Amino acid sequence: MLKVVNLAHAYGDQQVLAGIDLSVGDGELVSVVGPSGCGKSTLLRSIAGLIKPSHGQVLINGVPVEQTPDDLAVVFQDYSRSLFPWLSAAGNVALPLRRKGMSRRARREAALAALDQVGLAGSADKYPFEMSGGMQQRVAIARALAYRPALLLMDEPFASVDAQTREDLEDLVLAVRANHNMSILLITHDIDESVYVGDRVVVLTRSPATVTESLTVDLPSPRDQIATRELEAFVRLRSEIGRLVRGRPDLVGEQ
Amino acid sequence: MKAVAESRAGAVRPEPRRGGPLRIVWAVVSRFWLVPVVVAAWEAAARAAASIDFPPPSAIVLRMRELWLSGPPTRLFLSDDAIADLLPGLGRMFAGWLLASLVGVVAGIALGRAATAAHYVEPLIHFARAVPPPMLITLFVLLFRSSTQTQLAVIVFGVIWPVLLNSMDGARSVERGYLDTAAVFGLGRRERLLRIVLPAAAPKIFAGLRLSLSLALILMVISELVGSTDGIGYELLQAQRGFDSPGVWATILLLGLLGYVLNAVFVLVERRVLSWHVRGTRTT
Repeated sequence: MLKVVNLAHAYGDQQVLAGIDLSVGDGELVSVVGPSGCGKSTLLRSIAGLIKPSHGQVLINGVPVEQTPDDLAVVFQDYSRSLFPWLSAAGNVALPLRRKGMSRRARREAALAALDQVGLAGSADKYPFEMSGGMQQRVAIARALAYRPALLLMDEPFASVDAQTREDLEDLVLAVRANHNMSILLITHDIDESVYVGDRVVVLTRSPATVTESLTVDLPSPRDQIATRELEAFVRLRSEIGRLVRGRPDLVGEQ
Repeated sequence: MKAVAESRAGAVRPEPRRGGPLRIVWAVVSRFWLVPVVVAAWEAAARAAASIDFPPPSAIVLRMRELWLSGPPTRLFLSDDAIADLLPGLGRMFAGWLLASLVGVVAGIALGRAATAAHYVEPLIHFARAVPPPMLITLFVLLFRSSTQTQLAVIVFGVIWPVLLNSMDGARSVERGYLDTAAVFGLGRRERLLRIVLPAAAPKIFAGLRLSLSLALILMVISELVGSTDGIGYELLQAQRGFDSPGVWATILLLGLLGYVLNAVFVLVERRVLSWHVRGTRTT
């Protein structure tokens, strides 16, 4: 599905990404975790075609990404800067569907269906400022769903909401994936979250970032906020990733 | 899904309470009580002074009625004078303002999104803006001969700058997240301009439009003080030349009222069009 080959990027003299290789298989959910400021967002922006990386390649289904690819959607961290405040929830979800040549009515119906899936059936005509942060992020997720992308990128999607909402949204992403069979790349700085939602966790080093490790998450599905987090395998993975992210010298040395 | 719990916990803000008639009366009184006090003081002062050039407001209002509201009810009481003198001027003002707004918004958004072009054009804009428009009346008379065209040109040239500069600024400072989102979801150029940049810049554009509207009224009067045969400015000049001091005061009062009403109507429209912005920024 997605293949990133030796991706490197520098802003001026500052090297941010130093040769990243990673891949996301069909229907796979890969979490990318790394310390704050390690270039996770730059990685996502390169994949989305929003910036042109200095080196390396991004391939989606074998085709190099030049501009923003067609069947890709993004959920950004900051919903207040990605939802359009002058459009209602349904308007926000329906807007990207214009390019799909759908009629006004078909767009509206698709938007309502997507909002229903994220549990916002009754809030279609609310404006972003009338909704809580968690609801706004649900709208952003609905917008991505209605677009029916083959690949969904999520950039710290739950970093701006409270803990309870975050858990709800994590489960929402898992439910969405079960229903749609889309490939998802989720970027986060939260180690617990990366393990909880991921099929695989890719760990980045400090900036300039490279991939330290790619760990398969071998946990039973469906996952459960309480039970899954109690499992010994979960705790072990979390600790392992924690050490990698903190970059303890003895562990980094092993690479 | 847990949306029900969430919608209860978050967000549902109480709508502003619609008051009963008493509440509305109180709102009006608490807002405007100073007006009658000032008018009464003015009346008393003018009567005490007893000067022909400083007539009391009651005399001014009578004069206003005589000048502009002595017509038949079928014409909303507008006198011949009002129709012949006031309406053409107001027509020119609106025409000039609309033309300037259209050009200002289109050019402003184009320049706001084209950094290189703006880089070269901006010094010219600031130069042109610095020229006081009343000084250009003589030039425009030379260029256009016709008084209507001259007056329109003065108004357009005077009021275009706030719209242009604010539109530029608005289009330039569109949140990057909005543009990223538009890019990711593959919105075309046209859609991006009309559905993202224009609404995102709208609050600033409206601020410019509002400033321009009040400027348009001023420039309308000024443009009518030279070589005009109708308009409020012309009427003011006539009253002054005829030693009609209540007439002079009446015209000034009329201009003040016009400016007030225009602004109030504009604010009403703005609240409607930008309700997402007004209501969205007021809270939180």
